[in-house]
Amino acid sequence: MTYEEAIFYVIAAVTVAGGLGVVIARNVIHSALFLIMALLGVAAVYVLLASEFLAIVQVLVYGGAVTILILFAMMLTRVRDTAGPMDGPQRPIAALAATIFLGTTVLAVTQTEWRGNTEEATVISIYEIGEVLFTTWAMPFEIASLVLMVSLIGAIVLARGEEGE
Amino acid sequence: MRSIGSYETVTFLLAENVWLDALLRMGIVALLVPVGVILLTWVERKVIGRLQQRLGPMHVGPFGLLQGLADTIKLMTKEDVRPDSADRPTFELAVFVIVVPVFMAAVAVPFTSDIFVRNMTLGLFYFLAVSSLGIVGFVMAGWGSDNKYALLGGVRAGAQLISYEIPLILSAVAVAMLGQSLNLYTLVNLQDNTPFIAYQPLAFIIFVIAGLAELYRQPFDIPVAETEVVGGPSVEYSGIRWSMFQMGEFVSLVLISALASLIFLGGWIWPFSADNATWLQVSLMVVKTSAFILFFMWMRVSVPRLRIDQLMALCWQILLPFAFLQIIINGLVLVYDWPNWTLTILSGTAAIAMGTLIYHIARRSGVLYQTSGAAQRVGSVL
Repeated sequence: MTYEEAIFYVIAAVTVAGGLGVVIARNVIHSALFLIMALLGVAAVYVLLASEFLAIVQVLVYGGAVTILILFAMMLTRVRDTAGPMDGPQRPIAALAATIFLGTTVLAVTQTEWRGNTEEATVISIYEIGEVLFTTWAMPFEIASLVLMVSLIGAIVLARGEEGE
Repeated sequence: MRSIGSYETVTFLLAENVWLDALLRMGIVALLVPVGVILLTWVERKVIGRLQQRLGPMHVGPFGLLQGLADTIKLMTKEDVRPDSADRPTFELAVFVIVVPVFMAAVAVPFTSDIFVRNMTLGLFYFLAVSSLGIVGFVMAGWGSDNKYALLGGVRAGAQLISYEIPLILSAVAVAMLGQSLNLYTLVNLQDNTPFIAYQPLAFIIFVIAGLAELYRQPFDIPVAETEVVGGPSVEYSGIRWSMFQMGEFVSLVLISALASLIFLGGWIWPFSADNATWLQVSLMVVKTSAFILFFMWMRVSVPRLRIDQLMALCWQILLPFAFLQIIINGLVLVYDWPNWTLTILSGTAAIAMGTLIYHIARRSGVLYQTSGAAQRVGSVL
């Protein structure tokens, strides 16, 4: 086992542990903290794949911003511990849905013919990412910013409406 | 703008083995940083003492120089008290979540052309991303302590740090646009004739204000305000854990100051040549970084604390639009290839406009901004 593999397994274990923690933890705040752990583990995988830019974006957006907002919302709304497992008649349906999702994911990973070299990670410089993002993929980029703009204005309108009451 | 060339950076190894080399570098940082922090606490008490017409610490050692050491011994031997109702793992891990990102950010900051830990292509971006992780620590400390004041402080810290991160990053983006690079080396090497502050006065002012807020120092010390939330997230911590809060705060103070002098004041190069002697580079960096540190300490004793709604209004209604304005100005100048002095004039005019705007709003309303209903409600919750 090369040391890259060893590092990968450590990171993978941390990520999976974080993911399990999100589901298993009784306390919602603990779940949110485990979520941060899992997301940072994913960032570490990106570093191993030589995609530093993606890794840094992952840390900045998920590590420092999105999860903070989740925590923030929980603290302001005074969440309580969930007493016992939240169970119900939907259990078999949920199990079925989860199994189907897992199967689809595993199938997708194993059956896809991946483009490019899968043996070695290709290093793509930030200049190339920038150039491709603003030329070839300019349209999706603009659409994404439009969607964000709409949601931003929507949030402002909703907040304003509350203020008027 | 001048195109970027490929800058050969000197990479020297402390040991042949890469892992041993990394370990040695980390060891040096881990030894030097606490010493620096102990000295800085003394400097801060002394400077603030002088500014308030006091002497500051005088009794331990010459000019009270050993006061920091005495305090360290006291803090390390003090009992580590943990409240009974605290959420143990969250409470105990929080301090590490605060301190570790600060040290991780230090990895990316070069202090001279030879003294650095890692020369990263995305150094500036990495610094900003990693230092944003510390917010999680404050929120954890606030919630984990099971104390009303700590929780309020933690929520305030989350709100403040996450808001001021945006103008901070945008003003750094303005500099990155000008240098066409995110590598701190390249950015410094581009400033051998003129530091970027001459082209980006608006971005510089925004960076300093947002940096001060990210350091949660007065006038932005809302999360830790003694008279409001009695120390905020750190209220339940004592002994060595409390001193880790202190260490995180002072190391970030040095790092933000060093970053500001690197990307705005020409780092170790300006006003001398690109290949000046190491001692000159070190003294340049020390002088520039200390200037920022002293400025931050000076602000602490001369500006009263803002209210939370005033703080939010300053960030979202003034700093953010002006940061975007700086980016638009840079984009225009770069795309149409206008001469550099147009950048100085446009950015300078905008900086003056922002200054006058803040001054008039503060004058007119007695406070910084007319409070809106929503902000008032947020204010009453926090």
